[in-house]
Amino acid sequence: MKVLVPVKRVIDYNVKVRVKSDGSGVDLANVKMSMNPFDEIAVEEAIRLKEAGKADEVIVVSIGVKQAQETLRTALAMGADRAILVIAADDVHQDIEPLAVAKILKAVVEAEGPGLVIAGKQAIDNDMNATGQMLSALLGWSQGTFASELDVDGDTAVITREVDGGLQTIKIKMPAIVTADLRLNEPRYASLPNIMKAKKKPLDEKTAADFGVDVTPRLEIVKTTEPAARSAGIKVGSVDELVAKLKEVGAV
Amino acid sequence: MAVLLIAEVIGGVLAADATAKALTAAKAMGDVTVLVASSSCSGAAEAAAKLDGVARVLCADDAAYGNGLAEPVADLIVSLAGDYEHIVAPATASAKNILPRVAALLDVMVLSDVTGVVDGATFERPIYAGNAIQTVKSSDPKKVMTIRTATFDAAGEAGAAPVETIAAAANPGLSDWVEDKVATSDRPELTSAGIVVSGGRGVGSEADFALIEKLADKLGAAVGASRAAVDSGYAPNDWQVGQTGKVVAPDLYIAVGISGAIQHLAGMKDSKIIVAINKDEEAPIFQVADYGLVADLFTAIPELIEKL
Ligand SMILES: Cc1cc2nc3c(=O)[nH]c(=O)nc-3n(C[C@H](O)[C@H](O)[C@H](O)COP(=O)(O)OP(=O)(O)OC[C@H]3O[C@@H](n4cnc5c(N)ncnc54)[C@H](O)[C@@H]3O)c2cc1C
Ligand SMILES: Nc1ncnc2c1ncn2[C@@H]1O[C@H](COP(=O)(O)O)[C@@H](O)[C@H]1O
Repeated sequence: MKVLVPVKRVIDYNVKVRVKSDGSGVDLANVKMSMNPFDEIAVEEAIRLKEAGKADEVIVVSIGVKQAQETLRTALAMGADRAILVIAADDVHQDIEPLAVAKILKAVVEAEGPGLVIAGKQAIDNDMNATGQMLSALLGWSQGTFASELDVDGDTAVITREVDGGLQTIKIKMPAIVTADLRLNEPRYASLPNIMKAKKKPLDEKTAADFGVDVTPRLEIVKTTEPAARSAGIKVGSVDELVAKLKEVGAV
Repeated sequence: MAVLLIAEVIGGVLAADATAKALTAAKAMGDVTVLVASSSCSGAAEAAAKLDGVARVLCADDAAYGNGLAEPVADLIVSLAGDYEHIVAPATASAKNILPRVAALLDVMVLSDVTGVVDGATFERPIYAGNAIQTVKSSDPKKVMTIRTATFDAAGEAGAAPVETIAAAANPGLSDWVEDKVATSDRPELTSAGIVVSGGRGVGSEADFALIEKLADKLGAAVGASRAAVDSGYAPNDWQVGQTGKVVAPDLYIAVGISGAIQHLAGMKDSKIIVAINKDEEAPIFQVADYGLVADLFTAIPELIEKL
């Protein structure tokens, strides 16, 4: 079985986001970019399936600007076998919407024939939490989202999902789309020799047009603003003072 | 213009708070029909019919809907979609599982975690863990969206809408429910509680997390946790507050042994009053706290429990 993992290049989760003063968006020029943290977890899970003998090839795919090559190389260094880059934009500020990403991924799935797609639960830039579900819909496949445990067994998979009340376990038919939650695993770091080896692994380049997918956004961005800032509070010197303050404002 | 609001139903019972908050946002877009899809929907449907401003309630009864499996519920919603311009649900884990699937089947984009309705096509939503607010205008013929409940007040309960039973859609049979592991608790629900007490990695162990729970019980509060506390096994996953956990906006939020990473702030910075207790005076949580106490939590919390 082949496993396909979509990986997105996003602003590093440690970087303080700056909204541009003209309201046109968030400043992404010259900031540190990394693989979406959930996608690292997805890549790790795919590699573990291969190590367990349940998958024979791990293919990673990224859609966006040319620079997403670096993200794909990181996934290759972790242990993915080959990569596909689908160039769909040339400005780093242009985000490709989940619906268009899902359409491109559907075409990649049809070309590659994986038995499982593991995506991240959510991209930490647009916070959409949508692509895996959309891809599953377009393919008519089963979906197991927000997975904290995945057990693939032949033509079914058992998935434990993180839901509002706790955990839910479901059994889904393969082929399937799974999205990785934070506690699915702890991703490995790429070792230096593996980083060197990854440079030689195959990385195919395509364009959105190759797949006949129109990436024109359905949501026009009218403006991007900074949220209202909280005004600075005070430090209290003791528990007594804290209790007095809370009583004063009627909070307790 | 007609709106279809997907009710949040847990174990056959209407999650009235989440549904009523999404209803407030939905009412701004048009006449609201509520869909209750469950394995025995009549009780939840009657509860939904009482919410102020609901025009009618549709009740779809099928075993396949009882556990919120995405594929059959999405197919049901799509089968009804022709009559509505807006399809809306509270931004719960269940709706986040289902609505993007609905949107893709309708060939439209989904709008996740909407925090503001500007007009029927223009919406506000947070991005980058709430560090920016984007206003977007949809060009799609139908708008499919989840509503962030923490930003809207709940609609009242003095309505009396008619309830109609509708047929279930075909079940594609792609997935089966196995089990739920849900802890029941007498504490208020995290996303609707007036007070939330959250513990972080600073609490140090699962055993010591009882201290956080004791403070919460003293205040009649819900208990929350940081990701680090959940990952370390001090607290269950459904207590996680933040960018990828629950978003809360209580009257009072008490953060104990939590540093204040942006991913955590994303889930609680709209709380009315924030209290931070942390032994590191440089901890970023103090930048959003109304009242900060620099102290060791193992002395401060027992004292606080005693003096409240
Ligand atoms: C993709 C992604 C998503 C994430 N989503 C979330 C999310 O939804 N929610 C979330 O919370 N995090 C999330 N995180 C994690 C986040 O980045 C932080 O790692 C996490 O919030 C830190 O938790 P913490 O504050 O409990 O731990 P730490 O940062 O380790 O802070 C512990 C604090 O406890 C204090 N402390 C220690 N001992 C004591 C004591 N005895 N008395 C008083 N204070 C003490 C310390 O001074 C310190 O400030 C996410 C991260 C990523 C990458
Ligand atoms: N441009 C992209 N390229 C590759 N994968 C993507 C892209 N956008 C989204 N994904 C995948 O879909 C997941 C969810 O993203 P989103 O729906 O945007 O929150 C991510 O974690 C990735 O696995």
